[in-house]
Amino acid sequence: MKKNKESSWYAVLFDRKIRHMNSKSSSNKWVNYVLLLATLISVFTTVGIIVILVTDSIHFFAEVSIIDFLTGLKWNPLIEPNKSYGVLPLVGGTMMITLGSALIAIPVGLGSAIYLTEYSSRRFRKIIKPIMEILAGVPTVVYGYFALTFITPKILKPIFPEIQTFNALSASIAVGIMILPMVISLSEDALNSVPDSIRQGAYAMGSTRFEVASRVMVPSALSGIISSFILAISRAIGETMIVAIAAGMRPQLTANFLKPVQTMTGYIVQVSLGDTPVGSLEYYTIFAVGLLLFLMTLALNIISHWILMKYREVYH
Amino acid sequence: MSTKENVLEIKNLNFYYDDFQALNDINMDVKKNKVTALIGPSGCGKSTFLRTINRMNDLIEGSRVEGQVVFDGDDIYSGNIDVVRLRKRIGMVFQQPNPFPKSVFDNVAYGPKVHGVKDKAEIEELVIESLKGAALFDEVKDRLDSSALGLSGGQQQRLCIARALAVKPEVLLMDEPASALDPVATAKIEDLIEELKEKYSIVIVTHSMQQAARVSDETGFFLMGDLIEFDKTDKIFENPANQKTEDYITGRFG
Amino acid sequence: MSNLYQKRKLTDKIFKGVFLVFIILALVVLAALIFDIFSKGFVMMDLDFFTRFDSRFPEKAGIKAGLFGTLYVIGLMIPITFITGTATAIYLEEYAPKNKLTNLIKLNIANLAGIPSIIYGMLGLGVFVRTLGLGRSVLAGSLTLSLLVLPVVIVSAQEALRSVPKSLRNASYGLGANHWQTVYKVVLPSALPSIMTGFILAISRAIGETAPLIMMGALTFVMFTPQGIMDSFTVMPIQIFNWTSLPKSEYELVAASGSVLLLLILFALNGLATFIRYKFSRD
Repeated sequence: MKKNKESSWYAVLFDRKIRHMNSKSSSNKWVNYVLLLATLISVFTTVGIIVILVTDSIHFFAEVSIIDFLTGLKWNPLIEPNKSYGVLPLVGGTMMITLGSALIAIPVGLGSAIYLTEYSSRRFRKIIKPIMEILAGVPTVVYGYFALTFITPKILKPIFPEIQTFNALSASIAVGIMILPMVISLSEDALNSVPDSIRQGAYAMGSTRFEVASRVMVPSALSGIISSFILAISRAIGETMIVAIAAGMRPQLTANFLKPVQTMTGYIVQVSLGDTPVGSLEYYTIFAVGLLLFLMTLALNIISHWILMKYREVYH
Repeated sequence: MSTKENVLEIKNLNFYYDDFQALNDINMDVKKNKVTALIGPSGCGKSTFLRTINRMNDLIEGSRVEGQVVFDGDDIYSGNIDVVRLRKRIGMVFQQPNPFPKSVFDNVAYGPKVHGVKDKAEIEELVIESLKGAALFDEVKDRLDSSALGLSGGQQQRLCIARALAVKPEVLLMDEPASALDPVATAKIEDLIEELKEKYSIVIVTHSMQQAARVSDETGFFLMGDLIEFDKTDKIFENPANQKTEDYITGRFG
Repeated sequence: MSNLYQKRKLTDKIFKGVFLVFIILALVVLAALIFDIFSKGFVMMDLDFFTRFDSRFPEKAGIKAGLFGTLYVIGLMIPITFITGTATAIYLEEYAPKNKLTNLIKLNIANLAGIPSIIYGMLGLGVFVRTLGLGRSVLAGSLTLSLLVLPVVIVSAQEALRSVPKSLRNASYGLGANHWQTVYKVVLPSALPSIMTGFILAISRAIGETAPLIMMGALTFVMFTPQGIMDSFTVMPIQIFNWTSLPKSEYELVAASGSVLLLLILFALNGLATFIRYKFSRD
């Protein structure tokens, strides 16, 4: 492996000395502080999120027990009578959409990434890349609109005549399409970071492209690929507008994709659009659900990061 | 299986990377069960030439071949040759050791498994036999399930040789196999080559003339895409016919 | 033996076909989306669409409020995000000591990139609208969106700074420049095209954002354009969302018109970013 001259030991030492010398001069101290201030904004963002979510959730949990919240099967916080605060229907809705979108995006995404890295020509990749970027740039409202006005009536209704206007299936498909470019791009990166020498070694043994991809490349890039799946799932969980438009506003615990469901994010938007008075219990439900949402995506992001750190394959 | 003494016959081989011609009208006969060395300064095309023998250049977009490489009676570039099957019969060891990120055992077992060996006992036998054939077995027999990436450079390279041997090739192509290794490991590889030629035909690219003189039976000298001279090793090193060969051998350039 | 080879080759061919179908499927869906939206979008679009406000009558509905709202919010957001994001990236790459605290900050930023956008809306609601008393204003919206895209801007600016070759920096030091001079006069200009590309992509993401702005109180039915940064507002995606939710089916066409406008703006921005990337990659 050719050693880059710029990363040789004397260049590193030189760089460090300059950094040390320069940080001592007074004008640089001033610059240092200003820049540090800008950086602290990112810290305050996290602090702010946690403070807002927790303090407003405390108002909620002062009146509704955590157990009831987390295990209750009925979510009806807005309409009298029989208000209930069991969040499971919302979690169920989120899980359905996430599962449906993952079933689409993960196989299609990984398969496409394998095609791009093992089967396709340079010209093909050059054409596909900008198209993937376009797919990734479509705003979620537009995907939601597409799901409601095209996917449900023109694609799903002919297949499932009993499907309702608002349903989990079309939202799942749209969310799947939305996270697809992410899976493709991250899996491709993971596959490309496997040293080419290993790939060549596999071909030299007399393997077909599929064998090289499935027996050598994917296993060698596994941590990056799995991490990309988890990040895509996290994104699907946090998706709001597609589900708000196409999945419906009916929080019900069901396994039927042809029915409407409401996700955690969909509920939060619904309340924001309404006239719920600030400071009421209904108002605080947003933050309790938001806190749960935040913890779920946080957990997934941490797991994804941990997998990458712990299992990342190290090549000499 | 032919009774001819040539295992490979290269005829009028020209090779292009897009518009650049890397090999000019190469003609060479590679003899069975002998070690053929290819020497020459960097960038002269010897590695490219090696890779045309097992069609590894197919992986490079824009590469083009004219001419013939005849192996077992067939031109490997004619339409009816399956490149997957070809690479089972012609194996390759690379300059940088490139074990798969799997265990030692799985590295060697990869070839047989992919080529259809299903019986566990048979696979195990093949792995042990190949590791012995590469003079590595004693050093790894207690750590067959540990990661191959944990071996030293020299051990990894012998592992790659074992991996290539496990599919029982007829020809072994070696692209500067010892250039990334220390002198002790290099000596082990050279000894191994001496043993291997009893069963296999070996073509080895090397930048070290001393190595070529030590291990090979025949040597080819490449310069800027041309095969300047090809003859018995003794003749090349003691009494080359071409002036350019003599200049290179005596260190006047390269 | 050859039977096995046939099988292996067949498997290879089959999967090649399957994977190719996958990619084609994605292309087909994109084509269907663009075709569907554009064909519906031009039915009701005329020049009045840009100059009229929303209306109870779909034929009279226009996107003026959303267009101006987006211009105000994004316009205000651009300098805020660019300066803060680039400053943070410069600090992390050039000035921050290499210790655990810095790593924690970097980890935090990576984490922020993965938080759902609606949570940022809650942050905006709690901090900007209420605690800081900015109300449901353009300013609060800009600040909220800034925080949302900041992590992405920071990370891409960091990468841009990192890819400036050391030789360039050493040349500057060798001439006697101090650290800040080197950063400001040599490193930053060299990294600027890459920083711009990442920044433009982040802005185009912000233009399409709906949920956080809904959360912090952008309105849905708006008959005015903002006159100052403390005014309330709406943005194009929210208007599109509103039209999509209305029962009258003609609004479906109006929503398509809005979507077409939004997509065209985003394509233009994407094209700009790509243009910058190509033009300056020759250097």
